[in-house]
Amino acid sequence: MKGLKELLKERILIIDGAMGTMIQRHKLTEADYRGERFKNWHTDVKGNNDLLSITQPDIITGIHKLYLDAGADIIETNTFSSTSIAQADYDMQSLAFELNIASARCARAAADEYTKINPDKPRFVAGAIGPLNKTLSLSPDVNNPGFRAVTFDEVAAAYSEQIRGLAEGGVDILLIETIFDTLNAKAAIYAISQYKRESGNDLPVMISGTITDASGRTLSGQTLEAFYISVMHANPISIGLNCALGAREMRPHIEELSAMASCYTSAYPNAGLPNAFGEYDEQPHETAHIIEEWAKEGFVNIVGGCCGTTPDHIRHIADEVAKFKPRELPVVEMN
Amino acid sequence: MITINSYLRLAGLEPLIIRPETNFVNVGERTNVTGSKMFARLIREGQYEAALSVARQQVENGAQVIDVNMDDALLDGVSAMTSFLNLLQAEPDIAKIPIMIDSSKFEIIEAGLKCVQGKCIVNSISMKEGEAKFIEQAIICKSYGASVIVMAFDEVGQADTRDRKIEICQRAYKILTEKVGYLPQDIIFDPNIFAIATGIEEHNNYAVDFIEATREIKKRMPLTKVSGGVSNVSFSFRGNDHVREAIHSVFLYHAIKAGMDMGIVNAGQLVVYDEIEPTLKQLCEDVILNRNNNNNEATEKLISFAETVKAKGKETVKDEGWRNDTVEKRLTHSLVNGITDYIDADTEEARQKYARPLDVIEGPLMDGMNVVGDLFGAGKMFLPQVVKSARVMKKAVAILTPFIEQEKEDRKNAHLAAGTVNEEAAGAPKILLATVKGDVHDIGKNIVGVVLGCNGYDIIDLGVMVPTEKILETAVKEKADIIGLSGLITPSLDEMVHVAHEMKRRNMNVPLLIGGATTSRMHTAVKIAPQYDHAVVHVLDASRSVTVAGSLLSQEQKPAFLQNINAEYEKLKDDFANKKSVKQYLRFEEAQQNTAPVNWNNFSPVTPSFTGTKLLNDYPLEEIAQYIDWQPFFIAWEMHGKFPQILSDAVIGNEATKLYNDAKALLDKIIREKWLTAKGVVGFWPANKIAPDSVDVKVDSSLIRLEFLRQQIKKAAGQPNLSLADFIAPESCPQQDHIGAFSVTIQGIDTHIKNFENNHDDYNKIILQALADRLAEAFAELLHKRTRTEFWGYISGEQLTNEQLINEEYAGIRPAPGYPACPDHTEKYKLFQLLGGEEATGIHLTESLAMYPASSVCGWYFANPDSKYFGVGKIEKDQLADYARRKMMSMDEATRWLRPVLE
Repeated sequence: MKGLKELLKERILIIDGAMGTMIQRHKLTEADYRGERFKNWHTDVKGNNDLLSITQPDIITGIHKLYLDAGADIIETNTFSSTSIAQADYDMQSLAFELNIASARCARAAADEYTKINPDKPRFVAGAIGPLNKTLSLSPDVNNPGFRAVTFDEVAAAYSEQIRGLAEGGVDILLIETIFDTLNAKAAIYAISQYKRESGNDLPVMISGTITDASGRTLSGQTLEAFYISVMHANPISIGLNCALGAREMRPHIEELSAMASCYTSAYPNAGLPNAFGEYDEQPHETAHIIEEWAKEGFVNIVGGCCGTTPDHIRHIADEVAKFKPRELPVVEMN
Repeated sequence: MITINSYLRLAGLEPLIIRPETNFVNVGERTNVTGSKMFARLIREGQYEAALSVARQQVENGAQVIDVNMDDALLDGVSAMTSFLNLLQAEPDIAKIPIMIDSSKFEIIEAGLKCVQGKCIVNSISMKEGEAKFIEQAIICKSYGASVIVMAFDEVGQADTRDRKIEICQRAYKILTEKVGYLPQDIIFDPNIFAIATGIEEHNNYAVDFIEATREIKKRMPLTKVSGGVSNVSFSFRGNDHVREAIHSVFLYHAIKAGMDMGIVNAGQLVVYDEIEPTLKQLCEDVILNRNNNNNEATEKLISFAETVKAKGKETVKDEGWRNDTVEKRLTHSLVNGITDYIDADTEEARQKYARPLDVIEGPLMDGMNVVGDLFGAGKMFLPQVVKSARVMKKAVAILTPFIEQEKEDRKNAHLAAGTVNEEAAGAPKILLATVKGDVHDIGKNIVGVVLGCNGYDIIDLGVMVPTEKILETAVKEKADIIGLSGLITPSLDEMVHVAHEMKRRNMNVPLLIGGATTSRMHTAVKIAPQYDHAVVHVLDASRSVTVAGSLLSQEQKPAFLQNINAEYEKLKDDFANKKSVKQYLRFEEAQQNTAPVNWNNFSPVTPSFTGTKLLNDYPLEEIAQYIDWQPFFIAWEMHGKFPQILSDAVIGNEATKLYNDAKALLDKIIREKWLTAKGVVGFWPANKIAPDSVDVKVDSSLIRLEFLRQQIKKAAGQPNLSLADFIAPESCPQQDHIGAFSVTIQGIDTHIKNFENNHDDYNKIILQALADRLAEAFAELLHKRTRTEFWGYISGEQLTNEQLINEEYAGIRPAPGYPACPDHTEKYKLFQLLGGEEATGIHLTESLAMYPASSVCGWYFANPDSKYFGVGKIEKDQLADYARRKMMSMDEATRWLRPVLE
């Protein structure tokens, strides 16, 4: 069976679409989120999507399968907020480690089932490491710009716990995504390098940042190139962009990244920009046509969707890019 | 196939890539407590704001990386490093460049690495405590993604000879690349710069050892970089900056040739190698390259030379030695140093020496001004100095003018007598400057005029409130080569669009320059440039105007220059078009639902001590002067920085202090001799909010309805869409609320401006204008304070320092119509009506609603404790339509006045 690196040389790989959008379709109630185990939990937990990997594992595994059916090569674990820091919103910080194991196992089971059916198209599980609700480069208090709501060590420790959980649940890849503050991502990279040194488990790392406006900078103010330079030391298998912008707005940034990155590139945009009600209107074929053009230009190696995208979007994207060769890795001059 | 080179790549908010063709990288050294006493004191006293300005200065002076060091026995280094770097991250103008985290304590380095999102340099690690420790520290640095400086230091000690330096660096290289996994380009060596010319013979070859080690290191390990702390080399000359700077410059010249890539230097204080006086340069070369140095011969020579310079430097009495030079050199000296004492005599002497009076202007005077222009262009002179030079120039020209006129007359008569035609040769290029119709502000324009004048242009200044027709007709008549427009208030932007449009209609082709506080590259690109087929260029400040004018008037440079500008403006236009669709707006009705959360039920408004208006005639200036905010005064002179720190700034402190002293002296004179008169009026009236954005003000028995605009951008959950109307109680509130208004003005400036002009003294003219502006603002501040504590009296026992006032820490606000919280200038009519019309203070409103005299301020008073300053931001069509209806304006008219807040 072919490995990830081999496949990346051969074709453009497909990463899955939105988890949250698909969970919404189930119209789950507070009781559904709690399940039997947390029926007496002291805070509301509705909205804690990551918890569903424990209380409603069939729903999560089911969503993974829909994306695998649509043609995804890589599926992301349901762990965007599975850190002790993010889970503190629900007073569930002590569950962080367990959440990561549970989510990784849901994705692992689904992926293995599909790989077994068709070993020529092996499926991979990427452990999703989200950006946190607290940032290391920005002060939440406008009157005190030197203040930080959290420290680097706290963030690194929270990510460290998440990474160990994901690894224990059997992920193939670690994916640091939706990065809007590079320093948070650097804390995750720090935790990963520590984990790798201690465990000897050299999991490939994917990195995906977020450009939040037309100026082409991250929320923490870096240009795309500065962002890339600041995370290169993770020696990632891929660097890319996701979320915030729709595919149309993302194009110049992907083009820029493609020209500077010495590793593979990834892009999984939102289904356009949200309308006034926060809903995404872009149709699967529309997203797919924009991404098809990137593939044609040779900008990308891994594509998929973020907020608002569905298995239908992923199917259209997979169909459109199948006919194009993947972006070739640049030559790195060593003199 | 794309090729990527193995360059050292660093990042702050922006990337810094060190390519083979990159010149020497300057690392700013002043943010170092061991090297800068001032910085150390600021950090010890916790004055981080001021400490940040030291960092900012480094960036402004061209530092590409800044070195931050907190190694001081009296400091908690970890906490100082953390606090400083966290604060620095909030300053994009500093955080844009990469940080070099400098400490001899590794825990301080690691604390620093935890604060910075960009890719840093660690300065430094070494093998002095053995290989194991070195590897451990390198692994940690690598986990943070930092490049490392490795000091040539091992278990035996610090390397001083060429061979030891090379040996240690090579050993470190092997360990880092093979055992730690460092990329070669992320390794920077510091092969130790030691002090030379110490008198100890063994030290004499230290510079040569460094230079030669560098050459070999770069040959053996070509991807690595070499750095060093340059100021060490001249340590034995401390206290003698003149000699030290020369040594640094000569040392760098040789070290860079040998392959040195970067160094820690005082970015504002490097002399140009070519400009070092030959004797000193020769002595430095000998000492650095250890030539002619048997028995410390070269060292002794440099030391004795340094003694003479030192003695000169310490002299406090005026050095009048330059008076013995030739008249040409004396004129240049007077121009460069802004000395008017001898200009009359020297000009007269030159006039007698040269064949024609015009030769004096075109010869020695222009030569001197060229020196000024070059020094200014190179950042070696600052604006106040240049304006002083211009004063000297104008005085000299004024002496020569009658002779020139006489000559012309003689020639004309001679031609007449001979029956021939008089053809005067074309003179210097002409630049026409004007503040557009409806606008009265001209300090910036005057400065641009002076600076361009200094650079050999003939300036035609049409003054303020100049109609388009007059600008264009004069330009044609005078054959102006460039037209420059200035404006400060927002309606002037439309007026500039109109001028550009008219220029096209009249088939003109001269370049158009745009400048002034409200103008921007974006507005110029999107709105003005498309109106005119020829060059339209936004000029940020006076110092840029020279290069822009030069490029536009040079046949060789013009095409490439315009091509760049056009490409840039096209990109800005695209960005603008793209940006438009990104922001989301609420429907206006929705925005009106989302008002500021003011709880009117528990609200008991304070009744002012009087209603109606109160006039304050001839208010004492000395009282007003205490409320002056000096920072904008320095900004007017293009000297940026916080006051009073700017006075002790390492680079511009001297000039800032001189300017400040001159301004204080003039201010004293203004007060003592009552040059100016301060007039103000303040009023309060019962007021109620009667609709979401409308406020009724009761004046006697009639009502005046004020209309406000509301933020319409979609806010985060829980954030209100503000309108100033939100801060006035609705009628349902049991107690009567009030609104206040004020206007203040500083009168009497014109005759004194005229006197300065007659005296060719632009320097004091601009100081006077800037001071009048400051006094008007200070008067507004003072009046607001008296309103809070006395006239309205809604605050008792307020104890705020001037600095707190400037930071707007008071309760209640005083927003002005035409500014961000209430961007419609036309509401000024109502404000003036309430305050008793233009007669009350003698302020006249122009057709663009600028106030004349220019040194005037007006605004509304809101006392509500929840009131705060905000910007309305952009609004949508639905609000525009509603607003036009409320104001009984046509959509066209409303669009014209509100254009700055429309997409």
